[in-house]
This record gives sequence, C-alpha cells and structure tokens, in this order.
Amino acid sequence: MANLIEVKSLSKKYGSKLILDNISLSFERGAIIGLIGPNGCGKTTFIKILSGLIRDYNGDVKIDGHSPDEYTKSIISYLPEKTYLSDWMKIKDAVTFFADFYNDFDRNKAESMLEQFGLNPEQRIKSMSKGMQEKLQLALVMSRNAKVYLLDEPLGGLDPASRKAMLDIILNNYSENSLVLISTHIIYAVEKIFDRVVMIGDGKILINDSVDYLRETTGKSIEGLFEEVFRC
Amino acid sequence: MANDYSANVPIYLQIINEIKLKIASGEWKTGQRILPVRELAMQFTVNPNTMQRALAELEREGLIYTERTTGKFVTSDDILVSNVRDMLAREYMQSFFSSMQKLGYNMGQTMKIIEDYVTKYKEGK
Repeated sequence: MANLIEVKSLSKKYGSKLILDNISLSFERGAIIGLIGPNGCGKTTFIKILSGLIRDYNGDVKIDGHSPDEYTKSIISYLPEKTYLSDWMKIKDAVTFFADFYNDFDRNKAESMLEQFGLNPEQRIKSMSKGMQEKLQLALVMSRNAKVYLLDEPLGGLDPASRKAMLDIILNNYSENSLVLISTHIIYAVEKIFDRVVMIGDGKILINDSVDYLRETTGKSIEGLFEEVFRC
Repeated sequence: MANDYSANVPIYLQIINEIKLKIASGEWKTGQRILPVRELAMQFTVNPNTMQRALAELEREGLIYTERTTGKFVTSDDILVSNVRDMLAREYMQSFFSSMQKLGYNMGQTMKIIEDYVTKYKEGK
C-alpha cells in the first residue's frame, strides 16, 4: 500500500527566513511517529502545511494521494497548539459541536475519554484550567475516526497522570490503517510509544529512524540523543 | 507494572526481559493464554509494533506460541521455563558480583558477606 503521507522537496519561507528547507519524508499507515525538535525549528509550520492551514509553500505534499484540500481535511484530525473552543460552551456543547461538524466523530468514544480524563460534561470551558482545556480538546480530536491524527504539542500543559492517560488514549485508539503524528519537545515520557522519530533542526531533517534502531546504534535514549544534537 | 524503561536499551529487549520474568516467576502460568498484542501494548504503554516485535522474538525462542484462531499462549514446556528461570538467576548473580567488584570486593570478601547474610537471614533477622 502506498504511504499515507508523501512529502517531496518541501520548503517554506517567512519573508527571507527559511523555516523548512527542502524536506522529503513519507509516513506509513499504522505508525505512531514523533516529530521532535527545539522551539522554532519548523514543527508547527510542517504540521500546518499538512493540515491545509498553510497553502503557500514550495514542493509537493500528498496525503492519501491528494494535495491538501477539502478531502484531506476530512480525513485529518488536527490538534492545534492553541485551544480554539469558545469559552461560553459547556463541555457537552463542545462535544455536540464536534459531532455536528465531523461525520467521523464517535460520541461514545468522546464520552468515555472525558470520563477517563475526569472531565464533567456540564462544566463550562471558561471555568476550566489550561490543562483541562487541552485534555478536552485532545479527547475531541481523538474521538474522530480519522486516517491521520496531527497532534501539535499535545503534552504541553498536562500533568504526569494526564500524560499517562493521553498515552493510553493514543494507544487505545491505535489502528493499522491510521497514522498518528505527534510533535513534541517533551520526549522522555513518550518515546516508547513511537515507531519512529523525525528530528528537525533549522528546517532540515536531522534524524529519521525507528526508536529501537536509534537506541541500539547510539546507546542513547531519544531524549539523550536530542540533548546531544541540540546542545546549547 | 514497571514501565520505567532504561534509557539506552532497545525497548523491545526490555519488554522481552520483563515477560521472561513474568513467565519464570509464574505470574504468567505455563499454557496460559496471553492478552492480545494491542492490550499488552497498552498495559506496558509501548507502541503496538514494538510489542509485536518482542512477542515474535519470544515466539522464536519457544516461550510463547500462537494457536491460529485462539491467540497466543505461554509455552507448556516446564523444562524451557525452568531454563529461563536459571538464566535469569545467573544474570542477577552476575550483575551482583560485578557490582561488588566495582565496590572493590574480591570474590572471597563477597562470599563472606553472602555467608553472613545467609546466617542472619536464617536467624530471622
């Protein structure tokens, strides 16, 4: 089967600054992939291009055979870095909003995840902490039966218990037909759920290998490797 | 469940060792059916493909076998299990002696400490 995502010679500039520098990558079905790199290395830009939010780039991007368009948007479930839910809503309104918006939304899945995260459907988003809002948003995004999940920094505001719950949700949701791409700079807690890590620095791909291969050949954890590559 | 994997050892090797320990200690009984790969992956909080790789290796070693329609089982071969137990015991001992050596104890001094420990243990202290 062809790769779910094929990226060839992708470059992106903001003004004169090159954010992505001639990147070529492919992602297969059934994989959980970590996109790692320091702040400002181009992770979010890359994810925004895949999600169809940034249309102005050079190179070729194919998702399930399509350049980013209405179709690819329908098969991608995207968790942005910032929350976007309206704060007048209650949690249950947000669930209904997603259910109305996406055909592939599974309400039962959403309800069980909310329970797992200890979120009460009657609670108002306004009264929730940043971490709780992030959990809600993650639960909503993971409740879609999508082909591609793009999670931009899903771990940022989570406490260790919620982080574990999030990993459980991602693993529980694992499917041989879908792809999960997770951008993060918190590596230690998550590297064991990745098939493969792609390390980006200065807009280029520095490493693109399986976690166990990297551990075997370097004798280091991915976090150790990260520290070595990006030593300040 | 111990999910604190050492930093520099491939994860699948660590899972293999953890499962061997479960089998050798009888936590996983001989002939017992094991959970599906996905559920095991969740239990260990690892990637399902990594879990699959570990199970394939254990299967190659004969410690686990697959029944086509019903799933994966722990071997019923008691000799094999007892071999694994011996192997783990030797590994623990080796790591103990090498730690003692790093501390500067020679074999005789180490044996002395073991004897003292055993005597005290028998006295119930």
